Amino acid sequence: MNKPIAPPQDLIGSEDSSRLLDALRRGATRRDLLAMLMGGGMQVVLATTVVGWATTAHAEAPRRGGRLRVAGASSSINDTLDPARQASQSDYIRCNMFYNGLTVLDNALVAQPALAESFSHQKATLWTFKLRKGVQFHDGRALTPADVVFSLNRHKDPAVASRAKTLADEIEEVRQSGPNEVQVRLKTANADFPAILGTYHFKVVPDGTTDFSKGIGTGPFKCKEFKPGGRSLAVRNESYWRPDRPYLDEIEYVGIGDESARVNALLSGGLDLVAAVDPRSSQRIGQTPGYGVFVTPSGQYSDLVMRRDNGPGSNPDFVLAMKHLFNREQMRKSIALGNAAIGNDQPIDPTNRYFNAALPQRAFDLDKAKFHLRKSGLGSGAIPIVASPAATYSVEMALVLQQTARQIGLNLEVKRMPADGYWSNHWMKSPIGFGNTNPRATADILFTQFFKSDATWNESGWKSEQFDQLLLAARGEADEARRKSLYGDMQVLVHEQGGVGIPLFISSLDAHSSKVRGFVPMPLGGMMGTAFAEHLWLEA
Amino acid sequence: MNLLLARLIAQRVGTALLSLLAVSVIVFAITVLLPGDAAQQQLGQEATPETLAALRLEMGLTQSGPERYGHWLLGMLKGAPGQSLVSGQGVAEMIGERLPNSLLLALITAAISVPLALGLGIASAVWRGSWFDRGVTVGAVAVVSVPEFLVATLAVLIFAVKLKWLPALSYVNDIESVAQLLKAYALPVLCLCCVIVAQMMRMTRAAVIDQLRAPYIEMVLLKGAKRSRMVLAHALPNAVGPIANAVALSLSYLLGGVIIVETIFNYPGVAKLMIEGVTQRDMPLVQACAMLFCAAYLMLVTAADIFGILSNPRLRHP
Repeated sequence: MNKPIAPPQDLIGSEDSSRLLDALRRGATRRDLLAMLMGGGMQVVLATTVVGWATTAHAEAPRRGGRLRVAGASSSINDTLDPARQASQSDYIRCNMFYNGLTVLDNALVAQPALAESFSHQKATLWTFKLRKGVQFHDGRALTPADVVFSLNRHKDPAVASRAKTLADEIEEVRQSGPNEVQVRLKTANADFPAILGTYHFKVVPDGTTDFSKGIGTGPFKCKEFKPGGRSLAVRNESYWRPDRPYLDEIEYVGIGDESARVNALLSGGLDLVAAVDPRSSQRIGQTPGYGVFVTPSGQYSDLVMRRDNGPGSNPDFVLAMKHLFNREQMRKSIALGNAAIGNDQPIDPTNRYFNAALPQRAFDLDKAKFHLRKSGLGSGAIPIVASPAATYSVEMALVLQQTARQIGLNLEVKRMPADGYWSNHWMKSPIGFGNTNPRATADILFTQFFKSDATWNESGWKSEQFDQLLLAARGEADEARRKSLYGDMQVLVHEQGGVGIPLFISSLDAHSSKVRGFVPMPLGGMMGTAFAEHLWLEA
Repeated sequence: MNLLLARLIAQRVGTALLSLLAVSVIVFAITVLLPGDAAQQQLGQEATPETLAALRLEMGLTQSGPERYGHWLLGMLKGAPGQSLVSGQGVAEMIGERLPNSLLLALITAAISVPLALGLGIASAVWRGSWFDRGVTVGAVAVVSVPEFLVATLAVLIFAVKLKWLPALSYVNDIESVAQLLKAYALPVLCLCCVIVAQMMRMTRAAVIDQLRAPYIEMVLLKGAKRSRMVLAHALPNAVGPIANAVALSLSYLLGGVIIVETIFNYPGVAKLMIEGVTQRDMPLVQACAMLFCAAYLMLVTAADIFGILSNPRLRHP
């Protein structure tokens, strides 16, 4: 029990984790640790989970062996092991079993070394990655710089239809610069580049791979069985480059679309870990002895999009009125049953290291809403607002909004659309409707994809030159403190002027049997940001 | 007699082919009408014009609708149902993986539900108006009125979650012994039986009662035959036609209509495959599944007719 275990440096920034474990060994209490982390500027929620992890990790050593039976929420004939084409949580989970990237993100979303042993940069434009020695693919081939060059370059080929093409297009050139070294030259400076390489799609595959169905990578597990829409079986990679990992012998993974089927299968003992349970089931699971729920605070949000170019959203006063109409506390309690963090109409969530805590929270204020609505001069006609189960909680949020709007004489008409085809037909097309954004690895990716004036998914069509300039300045800025202040200013801009209302950041809920140990919440979302395979173990 | 059968079968095959063609046109037209295409569905929220164009080209979606239909039809005539737009796997192979599962589930369900339904139906016809008849009728109506998903969910809650006797999911991969087979299939088969037994039973009861009221049965009774002989040897053969039709209709449901049971028990059958095809706008897959279900339906109905003719002397000599 007292045997110290190696701090998992890929999860907690290595400094934090060794500090915590040191303190624990010296006999610090939970309260001491919390004070330590929050003194360093960490948010309360995050600090609590980190401390929770550190105390359990200190108390028990991981056990090796066993078969973990897991169910995710999605399964389709579209399932793939091609890292470039991953589209669902199930794809991410499988690819994290079979592949590695050059880097991996820790729980503060900072890039830590993985297949790259170390990395350095010149002016954030020329990045050099030193590859780890002695790494082998599952088929026995050794990892070479050629594999890395191939894996990065594929994303730029339109025929590959990579979902990370826009990110990869920032790469000017990738080349082998030494026997164990790869150099990447970017078109523009980007201090976040290592973090981008730690995201789902940039996994390293053997040079020249065209058939991905075997899942040949360097990852902790080998693919024994995989069928699109069916079950997959992963077995331990005995020659994995990380010593002592993975803990599990086997993982059996299925995607089960029906939430209650997943939960019932867990509670009947047929599964050990299931992804994405809804808040109501999570109460039921919490009350069942032998089972529990992992709560992951994350940056996922569903937002009310008010188009600038069409409809009432073109009137800034109307937008402000709507933002004041959100009864955020009620939404958090009644819709998410407490499993959410209050949003402030800007997309950086409180667990993020760039979160601007100095920005005052916008309150639920009927008087202000009424004032702005009157100022906007809109008539009393019904205003349609489009929601869909495709955007988590959006139907419920729309209904709450409709109720509160009635109190100031605003008539909102909720149009509920089916999830099928929602993104291509309604999202960003309806003058007022809901969108949903999954957590992104970096603040830069989030702002670039959803808020830059010329972004494809600039949901509200909001244009701000000042914002774009700040974005580019922050991207090339290697100094953390200055970046934080730049990102802080951008959050203020979106909060004040942006055309989206962000009421909540939604936590992910995963249910598990109490035998499953080693879980650490990752801000990229549930199932440890889909990377649970390498970190979990089963208690005997 | 043989001539009659041959003519009937030839006629049926002819209309079947026509029906299949018509169904394929309708299904294709509907998939075209659905919002979004396979490329858009695959890229979802993350679609950009560039990747969309590349994917559409790869999937052959740049051709016009009628052109794509023509290609598909030509392939079908050559016996090749084509490749899935989404996974690139052969459609025949994809269906081939799932069809045995669906057939096995249908077979086990049929083996239990058909004798059960016929037995109950005949018994309640013979003792019509008795407490037994009323009990069975009330039970059957009650069971058939409860939606399938409720029966399935309740069954899972009771037998899997509370009692832990049976698994909540039907894994077909790990079946090695008969005991495992029984365990894996118990719940799905139970739910499906609830849905189809009532219909077949009611139909059997009505058909047999109809015959029992006929004058010739009175004659049989007067002749002094035993009741069992009266029902089984005289009334039943005349009632087989409608019964066989009811059975055929129920069984055709077992192949394509069991989507709810497949979803709740995560059973890898063909119905789920087709639904996935629809949500992904995977035209070749949807078409092939539609053809399969349509053909199975036509085959079952034809078989029911032939069975009716063979068993009923009056129909044999029109």
